[in-house]
Amino acid sequence: MVLCAGACAIPCFYILSNEGNFVKIGLDVGSTTIKAAVLSDDNRLLFSKYERHFSQINTKAAQLLAEIQAQFYGAQNFQLCVSGSAGMGLAELCEIPFEQEVFATRVCAKQFAPQADVIIELGGEDAKILFLSGLSDARMNGSCAGGTGAFIDQMATLLKLTPEQLNEKAKEHEKIYSIASRCGVFAKSDIQPLLNQGARVEDICASILYCVVNQTVAGLAQGRPIEGNVMYLGGPLTFMSELRLAFDNVLHNTGILPQNSLYFVALGAALQARGYHSLSDIQLRLTTRQKKSSFAHTKPFFESQQAYEQFAARHAGAQVLEKSLKDSSGKAHLGIDAGSTTLKAVLIDEQGDILFSSYRSNSANPVPLVKEILEHIYEECPDILLCSVTTTGYGEQLCREAFNADYGVVETMAHFAAAKRFQPDVDFIIDIGGQDMKCFQVEDGAISNIFLNEACSSGCGSFLQTFASALGQDIDSFAKLGLFADAPVELGSRCTVFMNSSVKQAQKDGASIENISAGLSLSVVKNALYKVIRASDPSELGQNVVVQGGTFYNDAVLRAFENEMGIEVTRPSIAGLMGAYGAALYGREQSSKEHRSSVLSKAELHDFSHRVQTTRCKLCTNHCELTVNHFSGGRRFISGNRCDRPTTNRKAEQTLNIYEYKLQLLDQYKPVPGPRGKVGIPLGLNMLELLPFWHTLLTRLGFEMHMSPKSSRELYFDGQQTIPSDTVCYPAKLMHGHIHALCSMEGIDTIFYPCMTYNVDEKLGDNHFNCPVVAYYPEVIDANCTAQLEGKKFIYDYVGIHRPNDFVANFTTALTKYFTGITTSAVGRATIAAYREYRAYLRRVRKRGEQIIQTAREKKKPIIVLAGRPYHVDNEINHGIDQLIVSQGAAVISEDCVSHLMNKENVRVLNQWTYHARLYAAARYIINEPDMNLVQLVSFGCGLDAVTADEVREILQRGNKLYTQIKIDEIANLGAVNIRLRSLFAALDAQAKNSAKKEAI
Amino acid sequence: MKKQNYNETGLITADYPVFTKEMKATHKLLIPQMAPIHFRLIVEVFRQDGYDVEVLKNDGPSVVREGQQYVHNDACYPAILVIGQFIDALKSGAYDLDKTALIITQTGGGCRASNYIHLLRKALVKAGFPQIPVASLNFSGLERNSGFRLSLPMIGKALAACLYGDELMALYNQIKPYELRKGETDLLLNVWQQRIISCFAEGKGLKRREMQDIFECMAEDFSKIAVKRTQKTKVGIVGEIYVKYSPLGNNQLEEFLLKENCEINMPGLTGFLQYCISNVSQTISLYGGSELVKNVCRRALDFVVSREQLMVDAIKKHDNLRAPGLFSRTRELAQKFINLGAKMGEGWLLTGEMAELIETGFHNIICAQPFGCLPNHIVGKGMISKLRAYYPEANITPIDYDPSATKVNQENRIKLMIASAAESLRIAKESDRTSGHVIGGAGKDDFLINIKKVTGSLYL
Repeated sequence: MVLCAGACAIPCFYILSNEGNFVKIGLDVGSTTIKAAVLSDDNRLLFSKYERHFSQINTKAAQLLAEIQAQFYGAQNFQLCVSGSAGMGLAELCEIPFEQEVFATRVCAKQFAPQADVIIELGGEDAKILFLSGLSDARMNGSCAGGTGAFIDQMATLLKLTPEQLNEKAKEHEKIYSIASRCGVFAKSDIQPLLNQGARVEDICASILYCVVNQTVAGLAQGRPIEGNVMYLGGPLTFMSELRLAFDNVLHNTGILPQNSLYFVALGAALQARGYHSLSDIQLRLTTRQKKSSFAHTKPFFESQQAYEQFAARHAGAQVLEKSLKDSSGKAHLGIDAGSTTLKAVLIDEQGDILFSSYRSNSANPVPLVKEILEHIYEECPDILLCSVTTTGYGEQLCREAFNADYGVVETMAHFAAAKRFQPDVDFIIDIGGQDMKCFQVEDGAISNIFLNEACSSGCGSFLQTFASALGQDIDSFAKLGLFADAPVELGSRCTVFMNSSVKQAQKDGASIENISAGLSLSVVKNALYKVIRASDPSELGQNVVVQGGTFYNDAVLRAFENEMGIEVTRPSIAGLMGAYGAALYGREQSSKEHRSSVLSKAELHDFSHRVQTTRCKLCTNHCELTVNHFSGGRRFISGNRCDRPTTNRKAEQTLNIYEYKLQLLDQYKPVPGPRGKVGIPLGLNMLELLPFWHTLLTRLGFEMHMSPKSSRELYFDGQQTIPSDTVCYPAKLMHGHIHALCSMEGIDTIFYPCMTYNVDEKLGDNHFNCPVVAYYPEVIDANCTAQLEGKKFIYDYVGIHRPNDFVANFTTALTKYFTGITTSAVGRATIAAYREYRAYLRRVRKRGEQIIQTAREKKKPIIVLAGRPYHVDNEINHGIDQLIVSQGAAVISEDCVSHLMNKENVRVLNQWTYHARLYAAARYIINEPDMNLVQLVSFGCGLDAVTADEVREILQRGNKLYTQIKIDEIANLGAVNIRLRSLFAALDAQAKNSAKKEAI
Repeated sequence: MKKQNYNETGLITADYPVFTKEMKATHKLLIPQMAPIHFRLIVEVFRQDGYDVEVLKNDGPSVVREGQQYVHNDACYPAILVIGQFIDALKSGAYDLDKTALIITQTGGGCRASNYIHLLRKALVKAGFPQIPVASLNFSGLERNSGFRLSLPMIGKALAACLYGDELMALYNQIKPYELRKGETDLLLNVWQQRIISCFAEGKGLKRREMQDIFECMAEDFSKIAVKRTQKTKVGIVGEIYVKYSPLGNNQLEEFLLKENCEINMPGLTGFLQYCISNVSQTISLYGGSELVKNVCRRALDFVVSREQLMVDAIKKHDNLRAPGLFSRTRELAQKFINLGAKMGEGWLLTGEMAELIETGFHNIICAQPFGCLPNHIVGKGMISKLRAYYPEANITPIDYDPSATKVNQENRIKLMIASAAESLRIAKESDRTSGHVIGGAGKDDFLINIKKVTGSLYL
């Protein structure tokens, strides 16, 4: 490196003793930090500084400039340039030049590090890759790609570590878990279950770093190899040795961390500095020119102090009696809610009064906390008779197994039980916790509708917390700031990643911290109302709304909710403990009078031990990553499994699973040797359903058809570098892996993957389109998998199987372009066979569907229509959710098992896609089937499902059915899915009991 | 107002108020803003046919807020904006709710955009305006029960409006950044819009000969605006049709680019129309179907193409003006990269427009799309690497638009594109050091004469 070493600390005045000397100042204002570099006129580094700005950008910049001015009092002229994602507003305000930061980096690299071929720079919220040699190119993360520095900080907070500690821990790792690398929020929901299941923190730390690497490489390089001299820049890469190592390992390269790696943008800006400025003037502008507040805002939460006092008094009413633990004796019931970030426990007596409660943050492992709580109870109150212990929440099973608790209850049911205690006529419950949001509607004493937040729309307690700490505040005082804000900012209601930039924008527009705090509270509420519940009117919620969860302790959130909906709600005094309280109530209800809790006794607790081991399950081809918790007394708890084979050692009843059957059917299409040689078919998207058709057609024509292997995460990783759009759905992304796999198969020179605007016409809708992605994905493959397809024949002609008569001639013409001797008559014969086989396949599926329905009815099992698209049959796409449902004692059929039983009828949307028409038909069908319910699988990023989801929900609600939607992506949070499904079954149970009761009357 | 009735299978039997023929006389029709230059002319076509039409101008945060409240938040951004704009307008109290109807375009085809009208109807019911009828503006024969039909003369007029709009936009975009006297181009644009409106009122400006005259006079007038040719970054804009044109949808992209010292080139609306017509015959060629329909479409396309040719020829008469690419050229270029069968959303047209822009020297391209736009995964983002392999100089930046995507983020990415472009410009400049000379007449007096000439130069 040519940069002068250790320059930062050298006092520089003497260099500038000559008159007329000038210095060049570069300021880099990033999302979290501000950096300054000062260069002499011959480009020597004279001064540099790196500081967090806690969003006080103007003040910090003024301070920095003052410091520079003091250092360089001898300098006559200052040239100046600003860069960085948050610098744009500052540059405008002070009328100083601005340069885009990626460009500045490139300028700096050209001057000071000409040998670099590729630069990888991670910043607070941005990730960039610059290709300098060859065709120069700069890539920057899109708006939907969290990750990077802020992401690592967030993950570290989650683990109760500092980023430095996270780096240290990562050094000790033994294994790497796969964590979703696309979006920070997704990654978070992957890490959470790992934590709750007791995975080693060291392994998680390293996995987080590898996930950042994967995201950067996959999302930004997009197929372009990262070779030559790689240089690492930016805060995270400077401070975290393990992150650099992870990059080295993934890239098979040894990158360089240059000196001054933090200052490249600032240096680039300094190199671009121009004009002659007076630093005093600029400081003056920074401090005096307040940009007029032009941000969008709503009215204040309270008109007056009096209004606030009335509000406070009204909410003081919802109390529960709390007694002292010391003087208690007699029967008691303990409820434990092991949530994602906190652990709550409530001990109640027979009357439901609280004897003891505990609310503690959950540092990754709930087990020691529960042990302490039990010890505390035994210690403080030896006279108490513990009758039941009930666990709930993410850590329900782990805690139940660890301490041999009596009951486990799904958290939605626990919350419902608790809410009833405060508002017996409750008809709507909203619970906003640390990581998740649960809302449920209650009709006739049973839950009739459940809304849980999707992985992508988290905007809960931890979200406020993260922002509070990013702005250098603790959560309580931060929230209070917003209470009397004069103009709460409108921040939108999407994911945290977007929120970061919304906040940035608001700051740029001059919003005060009070108004930002209020705006964030408001956005939590809006997220709940418009994203999760999808309500547009308070009357949709109901008359008696109970709000709970720790987030509602925050008065600003509570007030924002009441204002937004225009209703008054009940907030219990124990809003944050409701899960645990409800669990205790549940235990009290379940246990008979003589029942004594089976929980570990004081002596057993003394000898308690807990050991975690990870292993890969070998019982089936899923090869689930298992975490095994061993407890004293030989109890153990296994997690990470998709089916119950590792826990019960028996195969679930797979005959009642159509998804499994479909896969078996597809497996029967094998290569048949033919004179025309081998042709590969990628088994994904629509090809999964059309395999019987294409396989038969081409086999008849003399081709030896080879299918790509089963999807897996490895297959996805193999192809991910060629994905051009990071927001396309996961099934489409997987196609890149399938193509990659086919191309590396022996002897396959031809790949067949046709474009299909239209699908077969099943007469269920007004038209029979495929969605744009399914229809034209072969175009994307051809345009982006060029390296893999080099030297291969890639047949992606446009074909129309919706017009069988025209198909023959058109397909013959298409094939003739690639092969000789294809005759119309041969294609004609093969086509007849192909359609016959396709229909036979559908018939087999329907027949098995009927059998499953019949068997389920004989055994009185509930039937779930797991509805989605034909390609959701892929285990890598559905993440084994079908098996999960079967293991909970239900039968699984798919939408196409019943859709053919319906006629075409109008729906309230344009019904012109073949696959979607099946969804509407299936939804209409189950309305009249009491033992059937529908669960819709929605791939993240599927724009069309924004339309179908609402319509299916409406059809089901009109028929008084529950609507359950599960969003799936690269990774699914099976823990959340499990809660969702169990809530569904519990709600169905309660409904059935209710109607039985009614009939009895 | 019709009440919603559900039959036993949960279906709606009579669901929405239909826009009847009688309403033409009684109702005010609201239409959302999209392409400001074109819409001013197109709206006039409806007015002159007897419809009381008003283009919505309301914007601001309440539009997005209403949209997010009544539309599924995963739906595309244009749907959220357009529906938000409608509901915001209806709630404003400025309209008689029993005498107001809405028009929305419906392209048909496999893109989810065809569903906007249904999302709008659902939103209206939710927002408490179930009585408001919605008419569909489409050429695909959807919504046949509607009383809102386009007569053949209206279609002809609308087509002329599109072509005039395209020429005005093309000329405006290439002159505005260089104009010597601030505001002159805007003034001329306004004069011409009014001129065309009054032509339409007199039933003129539709015949071949008349169109040719107008095309030529228009080009003549714009070519006379005094300009100072300075070095500017040439930026092409393609994308999903709504966010491409609508300032509300793209956060005032054009304004931002002008401020950043750029010259914009935005392919016109007629291209999209031709693309829609040609898709019908293309579909029949690919999969089979009625030869008659195919021939009718071919004729229709030929007609539009011949008119487009007139416009291009008119502009080409002036050396200092750049004519937009012909549809046939765009289609030819598109075929190098993508099959013409890709017809959902903007389809192959978008890819073709990018190629056409690059070939005309607009190497820097912003591909604007709503977040998660399905066709754009294919024809936009999906084709960039193929285009770059063919045109290494191409500098394409996809920008996602979304209720929560912030201007700062978008502008930062655009600035990166501009900075890279400026660098290549500097390299080019080193070899050619001539810049900053004045072309065209100068002086304040000429300006006034110019405007007079405009009105005087029409022989209609």
